[in-house]
Amino acid sequence: MMVWSRIFPLPKRPVKGQTGKQEQNDRMPVTSEDRMRALKSLTAALLIGVGGLVAAPAVAELNIVIDSPVIEPMPFAIPAFVDEGGAGDYATNIARVVAADLAGTGLFREIPAEAHISRVSSFDAPVAYSDWQAINAQALIVGAVQASGDRIVVKFRLFDVFTGQPLGEGLQFAGTPGSWRRMAHKVADAVYSRITGEGPYFDSRVVYVAESGPKNARQKRLGVMDYDGANVAYLTDSSSIVLAPRFSPSGDKILFTSYASGFPHIYIMDVGSLAVRSLGEIPGTMTFAPRFSPDGGTVVFSLEQGGNSDIYSMDVGGGGMRQLTNAPSIETAPSFSPDGSQIVFESDRSGGQQIYVMSASGGEAVRISGGKGRYGTPVWSPRGDMIAFTKQNEGRFHIGVMRTDGSEERLLTASFLDEGPTWAPNGRVVMFTRETAGAGGQAQLFSVDVSGRNLNPVATDGPAPDAAWSPLLP
Amino acid sequence: MTLMPKAILLIAALGLTACNNPDRFGAGANGGANGGFVDTNGLGDPNDPRSIAYFNQTVGDRVLFAVDQSTLSAEGRTILQGQAQWLATNSQFAIIIEGHADEQGTREYNLALGARRAAAVQQFLASQGVDGDRMKTISYGKERPLEVCSEEACYSRNRRAVTVLSMGSGA
Repeated sequence: MMVWSRIFPLPKRPVKGQTGKQEQNDRMPVTSEDRMRALKSLTAALLIGVGGLVAAPAVAELNIVIDSPVIEPMPFAIPAFVDEGGAGDYATNIARVVAADLAGTGLFREIPAEAHISRVSSFDAPVAYSDWQAINAQALIVGAVQASGDRIVVKFRLFDVFTGQPLGEGLQFAGTPGSWRRMAHKVADAVYSRITGEGPYFDSRVVYVAESGPKNARQKRLGVMDYDGANVAYLTDSSSIVLAPRFSPSGDKILFTSYASGFPHIYIMDVGSLAVRSLGEIPGTMTFAPRFSPDGGTVVFSLEQGGNSDIYSMDVGGGGMRQLTNAPSIETAPSFSPDGSQIVFESDRSGGQQIYVMSASGGEAVRISGGKGRYGTPVWSPRGDMIAFTKQNEGRFHIGVMRTDGSEERLLTASFLDEGPTWAPNGRVVMFTRETAGAGGQAQLFSVDVSGRNLNPVATDGPAPDAAWSPLLP
Repeated sequence: MTLMPKAILLIAALGLTACNNPDRFGAGANGGANGGFVDTNGLGDPNDPRSIAYFNQTVGDRVLFAVDQSTLSAEGRTILQGQAQWLATNSQFAIIIEGHADEQGTREYNLALGARRAAAVQQFLASQGVDGDRMKTISYGKERPLEVCSEEACYSRNRRAVTVLSMGSGA
């Protein structure tokens, strides 16, 4: 549980003995107007744009489009947060997580503490802009931590060093010590959003399959972790094969496929209690590839009977089953558009796997993939503007994105085996599974941004395929 | 889902009978070099034509498929005809047909492809007179490869449908 607060702006002149006043406010305090004003004051804001895929930003003169041949990451400084009582290691650790979040995007570059001229000893002390300008920091993040008992309070301010202005208002988060990483992610999310204009995504979780054992007898169990691989918890044991978990839109439920009954069927887990129930087992069938509708009330999935797989939907309670496709080919991997009106899926009705879009109520489908090779596992971006997919061509696998009409296909990765993209809550980063070849081949999660830059492994505690990103945490 | 309780019972029963055969995923039938005449696996004496070992090794418990295909080859149909004859003689056995795919494909598509392969075998065996009540299918997609190299030599053996015997009729 975390509480947001707004911190009054830094006083123009320091008043001796005065500490920063705080005002309780549940609302995210940076309005878009605030942000636009702030952006205009920043000399070089980064916008995660992909040429042609994203509408031109409102402040075009500040734009550094990621599509350009070279992106210069924005240099920033983040001194250890000020200890305002009992902070201990949190003062350093929280600043380190914020720095790792920002640098991990590839859009920011940290100026190490050894280079800092100024020391920040008080959260409300005036910023020595010239000291930060001298080391070329464009953004400065100043924070403070106070800890007592089971409560931690983290606050921060973001400064545009070259114009000598705060960028947005200070923010404060209060929570339990166990949520210190979440508070750090919230700080990083606010900084990232203010500077890029994109939605936040660091304060999020990922459900995945944790693997162990040899390739011909893999043990699989469901794991869940922070987006950066921290705070791992296991949700099932390894007694049955489990595949392809998916978060509900509110993050409180997980759909997955399990062989628990001896045959593959869909189950739904309550994340809080870990209670699991079967979702409509039907004799003689296999059910798989489930996903929630955006309102969380419907599950769309594949049902196989007599060797033929088609797409069905069902109420999350288990009733109201409807058949959405009816073809002798393989129809699978359905994913709703964020407005719930359409479903993108894969079918080999043309002879090989291709991507199609149909109404959420079924009916005629339009093929949108048109390039060479096979296309599968389409996933609609939470922003609605793109579809991520797996492409197989000439013995290689790729993760790619295309517009929802199939135009402007862009391959982001290439390897022996890449598959199963999942979108970050802001629709700007994709996580996927990469598996290496051979007897010792292992699965590893990677992330890449929609421009194809910044390909990075996700730090899991063992081989891990089948990631699904949660929504942004509240 | 008024059918659910029945389905769970059925599956539970099948799960138990499947356990009578330790030859899961067809891993035990690679020529029987380590088996000899000794019944080490509970599969019986491979020289006894009524044994599971005989079915696995001599009749042949599996058929192989071309890349991304579920069409039975002429060789595959011959093996399945042998399976149907054996099952006609040994009526105490039921079967679970496991469909598998090689690793060159996405996970969910391969599940569907494995199901297609298992169904192709099931339909052929039915055409050869095997009672539908004795047969169940399951797909493992690419989750249970037999061979672990990433070359066609392994892939060709992983694209398979394996007929696994279990005691008692399937339903």
